[in-house]
Amino acid sequence: MTGSHAGTTRAPQRADKVVPAHHSTESSTHPVASEEDLLSIRHAVRAATLHAGFGIVDQTRVVTAASELARNAYVHGGGGTLTLDIVRRLGTTGVRLTVEDDGPGIEDIEEAFTDGFTTGAGLGHGLGGARRLMDEFTLSSTAGRGTVVTATRWNNRRAP
Amino acid sequence: MTTSDTAITSDSVDSGARARVTEVLRANADAIADRWVQLQLEQALLGSDLTESELHEEADALVAALAAALDGDAPVRRLAYSDRDLNRIVTDLSLRRARGGASPTVTSLAVLALKQVLLEHLRGATRESDELLAAAVLINQLLDVAGALSFEVYVEGREAIIHRQSHQLLEMSTPVVRLWRQVLAVPLIGTLDTARTQVVMENLLQAIQDDEALVAIIDITGVPTVDTAVAQHLLQTVNAVRLMGADCVISGIRPPIAQTIAQLGIDLSTILTRATLADALAAAIKITDAPGPDGTDGR
Repeated sequence: MTGSHAGTTRAPQRADKVVPAHHSTESSTHPVASEEDLLSIRHAVRAATLHAGFGIVDQTRVVTAASELARNAYVHGGGGTLTLDIVRRLGTTGVRLTVEDDGPGIEDIEEAFTDGFTTGAGLGHGLGGARRLMDEFTLSSTAGRGTVVTATRWNNRRAP
Repeated sequence: MTTSDTAITSDSVDSGARARVTEVLRANADAIADRWVQLQLEQALLGSDLTESELHEEADALVAALAAALDGDAPVRRLAYSDRDLNRIVTDLSLRRARGGASPTVTSLAVLALKQVLLEHLRGATRESDELLAAAVLINQLLDVAGALSFEVYVEGREAIIHRQSHQLLEMSTPVVRLWRQVLAVPLIGTLDTARTQVVMENLLQAIQDDEALVAIIDITGVPTVDTAVAQHLLQTVNAVRLMGADCVISGIRPPIAQTIAQLGIDLSTILTRATLADALAAAIKITDAPGPDGTDGR
């Protein structure tokens, strides 16, 4: 292991690398309307994590989380969009996923995060699993008005 | 039959123009073909891979086919489809350009460029403006359809290629290989969606029956992302294999995939898993070597 696992402490913040916090430099939006779209999204997210300098484990985490969230929007939300942002803050780079749909929304959010809970035919680990795979995770949903999930993972590899 | 009636009527009205255009095509065949090739070269209406001699050959064939088609009495508007020679020449022309990398627009424009050439020659053949107009209308009817046909053929050709490739991919990516006595393996490459799972499952279950296999190894080294949907498809396949009385080993679980599966909370503990195909084969051989209930070696 080269320090890319979850428990590694963040790289010390260095004064010479000050960048405005949460300054978004790159952004792209992808449709979530078919099984093929999920494939394109995984490719786009993989490319973004590579661009942000993520290690292979973090790449896999973010790609998997994006796949889960996009599939939720496709299967339960009737389709939507995934917006991919490269975000920067002191000393580190991150990838932020914003997945939106106009579906029926989630009635009981606590229940939706519970492992094994599903309203469809899936395994029921997608939403909770995606939250565990990312560093920051917010979900807002109004019954009848769709769901927005924002999830960010920071690059926790030490600066070379 | 109103449509064919009107077509025949309009054709009989234009029979003079039709004879005139046919005559012009016959009398100036070489000049028309050369000028058309020249126009295509000037307007860059070509893909790569086409030599000038091929172009001349193509142009000669098209001009001759147009004259022959007009000599008959089939409706002008449908000649590009109904005349077999003309249809084949336009189709070949379009496919050749598609392979050469020309766009469909450029290909149909190349066919339409022939209009200009024919009109130039017609102007030399008659000075009667009525006759000229009738002939111009006829040329438009004939070549507009030919241009549309070339576009259609081009798009159909591309679609056929895409269709074939996606089928090939589906077939190619799900082979079942016999690895050892009574041991089969499926090396999965790419993503595992519902359609792929179905193909894998069908192929694998059939092979288990044919080979009387005891162990099936599913190798996921080539699967880049294992999310809950992929895991579910794997679990389904394993269940089906077990229903056939065989055992299933999943191999090729790379470290990042292992971490991700664990964090997602997917429970694969009921399934025999191994890091590499070699480990999986060793485990499989152990299973097939285990003594059977009657004290024999289980074979």
